[in-house]
Amino acid sequence: MNHYSVELQSVSKVFEHAGARWERVVAVDDVSIQLRKGELLTLLGPSGCGKTTTLRMIGGFEIPTRGDVLLEGKVITNLPPNRRDTAMVFQSYALFPHMTVFENVAYGLRMRKMGAGEIEDRVGRALTLVGLDGMERRPPGALSGGQQQRVALARALVVEPKVLLLDEPLSNLDAKLRAQMRIEIRKIQQSLGITSVYVTHDQEEAMGLSDWVAVMNSGHIEQIGTPMQAYARPATRFVADFMGKKTSFLPGVVVGADANETVVSVCDAVLPFRAVPGMLAGRNVELVVRPENVEVVASGQGGFPGRVVHAAYLGSQITYEIVVCGFTITAEVPNPEEREIFTRGNHVGVVLRTRSIHLLPQ
Amino acid sequence: MIVREPAVGITIILIASALAVFVMYPLYMVLRTSLTTDGQLSLAIFRSLLSKSYNRRPLANSLKLGLVVSAAGTAAGFIFAYSTTRVDVPLRGFFKLVAMFPMISPPLIMSLAAILLFGNNGLITRQVLRGAVDFKIYGFRGLALVETLAYFPTAYLVLSGVLQAMDPSIEDAALDLGASWRQMFRTVTLPLAIPGLASALLLIFIESLADFGNPIILAGNYTVLATQAYLRITGLYDLSGGAALAVILLIPSLIAFFLQKYWVGRRSYVTVTGKPSAARTRRDEPWLRWCAFTLCLILTGMILLLYGTVFIGSFVTLWGANYKLTLANYNHVFKVGWHHIRDTIILSTVSTPITGILGMVIAFLVVRKQFPGRRALELASMLTFAIPGTVVGIGYILAFNQPPLVLTGTAAIIIILFVFRNMPTGIQSGIAALQQIDQSIEEASCDLGADSATTFRKITLPLMAPAFFSGLVYSFVKCVTAISAIVFVVSARWKLITVAVMGSVENSDLAQAAAFCVVIIVIILAAIGIINLLVYPPWTARALRRAATRGTAGPPGAIPPSAVGGQ
Repeated sequence: MNHYSVELQSVSKVFEHAGARWERVVAVDDVSIQLRKGELLTLLGPSGCGKTTTLRMIGGFEIPTRGDVLLEGKVITNLPPNRRDTAMVFQSYALFPHMTVFENVAYGLRMRKMGAGEIEDRVGRALTLVGLDGMERRPPGALSGGQQQRVALARALVVEPKVLLLDEPLSNLDAKLRAQMRIEIRKIQQSLGITSVYVTHDQEEAMGLSDWVAVMNSGHIEQIGTPMQAYARPATRFVADFMGKKTSFLPGVVVGADANETVVSVCDAVLPFRAVPGMLAGRNVELVVRPENVEVVASGQGGFPGRVVHAAYLGSQITYEIVVCGFTITAEVPNPEEREIFTRGNHVGVVLRTRSIHLLPQ
Repeated sequence: MIVREPAVGITIILIASALAVFVMYPLYMVLRTSLTTDGQLSLAIFRSLLSKSYNRRPLANSLKLGLVVSAAGTAAGFIFAYSTTRVDVPLRGFFKLVAMFPMISPPLIMSLAAILLFGNNGLITRQVLRGAVDFKIYGFRGLALVETLAYFPTAYLVLSGVLQAMDPSIEDAALDLGASWRQMFRTVTLPLAIPGLASALLLIFIESLADFGNPIILAGNYTVLATQAYLRITGLYDLSGGAALAVILLIPSLIAFFLQKYWVGRRSYVTVTGKPSAARTRRDEPWLRWCAFTLCLILTGMILLLYGTVFIGSFVTLWGANYKLTLANYNHVFKVGWHHIRDTIILSTVSTPITGILGMVIAFLVVRKQFPGRRALELASMLTFAIPGTVVGIGYILAFNQPPLVLTGTAAIIIILFVFRNMPTGIQSGIAALQQIDQSIEEASCDLGADSATTFRKITLPLMAPAFFSGLVYSFVKCVTAISAIVFVVSARWKLITVAVMGSVENSDLAQAAAFCVVIIVIILAAIGIINLLVYPPWTARALRRAATRGTAGPPGAIPPSAVGGQ
């Protein structure tokens, strides 16, 4: 039989708070996920979108109100965490402060009644894997944030779980370390071929290490796809807006379509875009304009006429905010030294790179 | 949840049943007895009691004493707390140490000392002043003095927590904006301390109402409820009258308890401290330092005078007449009182670990598990804190003197009473400690394959060690120093030291009573040392444990170990 490694079947979670006022919060709403062995899925979304709750349902810390959780084809919906073959890396690391690094990593193996020799062996290998040889005797309090994070990872990996769960594991690290750990986690995950579910609100992190990205919003999945699909071909306006640094939207109307291109009228101009199947003439659309899809040229050298309302020099690029036919769009221009630089109030021409601009039906 | 974790469900049911039988049922019996005449529900007992003015007086007396003691005790506690936490006074460690004395000794030691010094044959009355002044130590004045000294540490603990949590830079900001020290104190420090002050007032009020040991030997004609209820039962054999007085005592205590827990407890400003400043600055204006130092010196001087008197008194042949030093009192204590000492040690040693572990388990369930009746369980387990010991004692003789559960005269009734009376502080500090332990640490353990019981044993309990320790120490101290409830359930077979002290004072064997008190303090100090060794074994990596449990002690405002109803 060919099972998915992890599967969620229409899972929902409703929290009921009997506080001062009886409240009912739908945290997760009809979420379905299928993940094959060795794949890494990221649950991505703003805080409160239900991504952590979804992860905790896989781990067994929350029981779904409706729907089922399956691990390798077996329903584990109601199984407590200690009896399911998952291991979590917690946001706070949740290291046992009264135990040494070795004892922390060995904990899960001891719970599995493994022999002392094998425990020593496996813990040693896990610590080598995360690059913490020689730290066995230290208490977690004496480690740096990055080292603590490695211990948490080793502790989860050492029990060889069927699925590894990571709950914003890098959010307590500084930016540089975060980028480095991201690469390391992905390398380890791929070398062990371990199925993983990763929660984050950082899209760069999500795109950098995932096979699949599920963008979540108020409890449901807006889009699930490869990182490139989520970024370049967003399914909804929410995804288009959430992904990317600063996305601008321009309204347009489809005036012609064939197998090769879709022609859209935008701000009194008619531009050809990549063909979108099923999008017929007369359809109202929105252009998803990423900052890197915009070229800024001197006024009169083509493009839409626009006026710079803000300019910020960031070293590797200049960010402009430009008003074009009543809409403000953001543009990122790389290599500022090689180009003409505009300042606030300048009139410029705005050229859209139509090949990479996505059309969103309205 | 019960389906998912049967062990947790069974534990909850067992604890709930035990609380129902040993906390709620005796209380129900007190109410029922006081409200029943000839099998009919009626207020007749209260009506006939309150129709006589000599029965109304104890209520007024108790309330007046409670108000005065709580005001004086809170004032003393505040001065002490402010001086030791916010002012750069010399000898801070010494002052803090002395303030702990009343917490680890039987409260009636204060009365004993007061009699030794200011009584009719007292050292100061006779030897120093040659009878020129009559201190009238028996009655309101004496009680107010000794209870203030016995209970001010409660205020000290609550307020030093509050003041420590207050960011000193707030005071500096006020001074910086042009306030004088007095204005700063009045507009910043005092308002921020108000929730703590209110807490302290109410807690001392509860303690004073419940105090039994001091009034029984020092009250004279100033009758108070806690002792009147006892005398009514032991002297007049009037169980229902005693129960009715107990109910009258219970009402103000419960009001104060609920005010403290649900009203004042929610009004803490402690959280608005902003960023913690690295260096805790202490005020060092010379006039403030010397004022604070003088006041602390006076207060500790009084405490040391009283304790010193008891210590010396235990070696004196006949206080007031013959001051020759002797060991005869100790000889007597160990010969005649050996039974009391042995029983006290046995019963305390058995009940302390039960109390400690049960307290941590209840704290764990209340904080970490969701189940129907969780709040009720927490309330029931904390309730014994608010109920004066006299009420509990009467409840126990009413409830367990007759079938279905006959326990009178057994060791079990004393142990059960100890356990359920001494649990609340352990629960409180356990709850406070748990709230500071990141829940995902326990989840991680569960995730790695441990069940709830294993997680509690291997992760939670070690992390709660400081709370566990204070729960154990508190429990032991209370076992050895308790009188009020215990006096109803002691028997010929099982005796306790505090009862022996009471007996010695009643027989005017003050030197013996003093020797007993010294023995009690020695037992307590030895026990604290042993518990310390057991909870923090020296052979385990000490640094690791300390690093692990740093900062998990109770937060400011938690009910301090000394605060309890009924001695």
